[in-house]
Amino acid sequence: MEKVVIKDSNYRIRKGKILRTKQLTKLEKLFEIALDGGESLDQEPGQFVMVSIFGVGEAPISVCSSPTKRGSFELCVRDAGKVTGAMHRLEAGDEIGIRGPYGKGFPIRILEGNDLLMVAGGLGIAPLRSLIKYAFDNRRDFGKIHIMLGCKTSDDLLFEDELNQWFKRMDVHYECTVDRAASDWDGHVGQITTLLPGVHLETERTFAIVVGPPVMYKFVLRELIKKNIPENQIILSFERHMKCGMGKCGRCQIQNLYCCQDGPVFNYADIKNMSEAL
Amino acid sequence: MKDLQYVILKKENLDGFISRMSRLRKVSAPVAKGNGEYAFEEVDSSDRIELKYKPTIMPPKKYFMPQEETLLEFSTAKGLATKPVVEYEKMTLFGVHTCDLAGIQCLNAVFSVRPRDYNYLTRKRQIDIIGLECGDYCDEHASCSMVSAHMPSGGYDLFFTDLGDYFIVHMNTQAGEEMIEATKCFESAEETHFDDLQSFRKKKRDTFKSEVQIEPRFIPGLFDACFESSIWKELDAKCLACGNCTNVCPTCYCFDIIDEVGLDLKNGKRYRKWDSCQLEPFAKVAGGENFRKERAARQRHRYYRKFRYPVAKYSKFFCTGCGRCSRSCMAGIHLKDTLNALIKESDSKIWKKWL
Repeated sequence: MEKVVIKDSNYRIRKGKILRTKQLTKLEKLFEIALDGGESLDQEPGQFVMVSIFGVGEAPISVCSSPTKRGSFELCVRDAGKVTGAMHRLEAGDEIGIRGPYGKGFPIRILEGNDLLMVAGGLGIAPLRSLIKYAFDNRRDFGKIHIMLGCKTSDDLLFEDELNQWFKRMDVHYECTVDRAASDWDGHVGQITTLLPGVHLETERTFAIVVGPPVMYKFVLRELIKKNIPENQIILSFERHMKCGMGKCGRCQIQNLYCCQDGPVFNYADIKNMSEAL
Repeated sequence: MKDLQYVILKKENLDGFISRMSRLRKVSAPVAKGNGEYAFEEVDSSDRIELKYKPTIMPPKKYFMPQEETLLEFSTAKGLATKPVVEYEKMTLFGVHTCDLAGIQCLNAVFSVRPRDYNYLTRKRQIDIIGLECGDYCDEHASCSMVSAHMPSGGYDLFFTDLGDYFIVHMNTQAGEEMIEATKCFESAEETHFDDLQSFRKKKRDTFKSEVQIEPRFIPGLFDACFESSIWKELDAKCLACGNCTNVCPTCYCFDIIDEVGLDLKNGKRYRKWDSCQLEPFAKVAGGENFRKERAARQRHRYYRKFRYPVAKYSKFFCTGCGRCSRSCMAGIHLKDTLNALIKESDSKIWKKWL
């Protein structure tokens, strides 16, 4: 067996340096990463990268910063497995491998000019934050912006200081609910679906963008349909354990679709009849 | 009819051809492994080669997409250094049946579609293929005629048809012609040889009839109608989720990517390894969700990956009818039986519509 180094390998790794880390909750940590040589990641909001910890492996992580942020990008990582566990032990100055970006992001060109109803559950705020930040940085391109956030408890809230700013903004309608409240919590209590009936929407010009765990989708979708949001104006983003990111390894396949290439962002109208999607 | 694309090789010259070829590069061919099983192995003469063999335990996929293959070498000794690599071996495969040629063509389609897989494509370019025609069924599990993989349709450099005392050989590529020039064992084909080939093919067409009572053009529609079929539940009760069927399949290519570090804890490699959609954790995510938790869903996925999804993406069936999945299944799940059951069920559905 002969072995040669190849230049155009799909598995070529870009070196990244961790500029800053921040422990957001017990389980989630934020990493700000710059690519070697000042290279740009050139991602779209909603795309993901494959992160390498050499000797441990690779894991798909969605980029949680907007492409309008220059020079570096951010990943919000939950300690949920081998690779993410190893990532949590890294600090500023450490090196990390990056492959990507991969996948189809949020359809910015279609969303522009419309109202956005962004619904996030738990860690779903991470991918959605890339779009929220993008919309804030291009605020005039979008109509009304509603952000509905749901979490288990107030201790699980991610990006807490940013959430407070969103709350204060006059050009954004932001609400947050927790399933179980601590004694010092003065916000909503209950499932995320309890927030939706109270939102006033112009349905024909509203796009709902929903990111969260599978169980949340089922209930949120029911509410959105009840509010008469057309099915093709509902955008979802899915979690799958991609290994290659290039539509080959088969791990992320949803019937005939590859989540890594055809997604992770999907239009609800396209996937609503697919049994393996949710 | 005199055709310059054809030559003949007398049976007594086969050994000369193989041994000369094996001096130029590695030659792999089907050899007997006992218990009626065969495998592709390196040979240096024609002694061990079986000209009549039922599909080998592993398809020739093992040369195109090895079970384990290094993608990247890395070192963390002085900062992070990575080196993407491809492993390959110059070789000639002799005696590949038409079903396995079809399997290689499927893999070619998958890895050529963008983003292309340079590891696969680099290795494929180093492998020459010599096909060998079957004149009769290998056993009851074969369903090559259903997917028209019983007749040669490209995907080889040379193609041998055994006509008794000699082989008639079709030259399909420049690489094939070069093999013939380099070994000097071949003679030009005459009129009588073509007559022999024609009567061989005629007899073959009478022998091979579609093994399943459905026309290929109706298969995608059959699967569209059968997603919620109770047949998948029946497979659920039988299947042991061992992954044999996908390992031996000539068109299954799902893989996992794994890191391995040497004992110095600094140098290591990243390799890909065959994976199987039949195994329980395959579609599991970090959140704990498993999107194909039931064995029924996983078996169904396997069948749809053969007969429905690739038809839309590659305009091909990804079943070559080789029968390996049925032969290797410990639980007795047989592809032909599953298809027949689906056909029977959908017939009754159509009939019920008229009531």
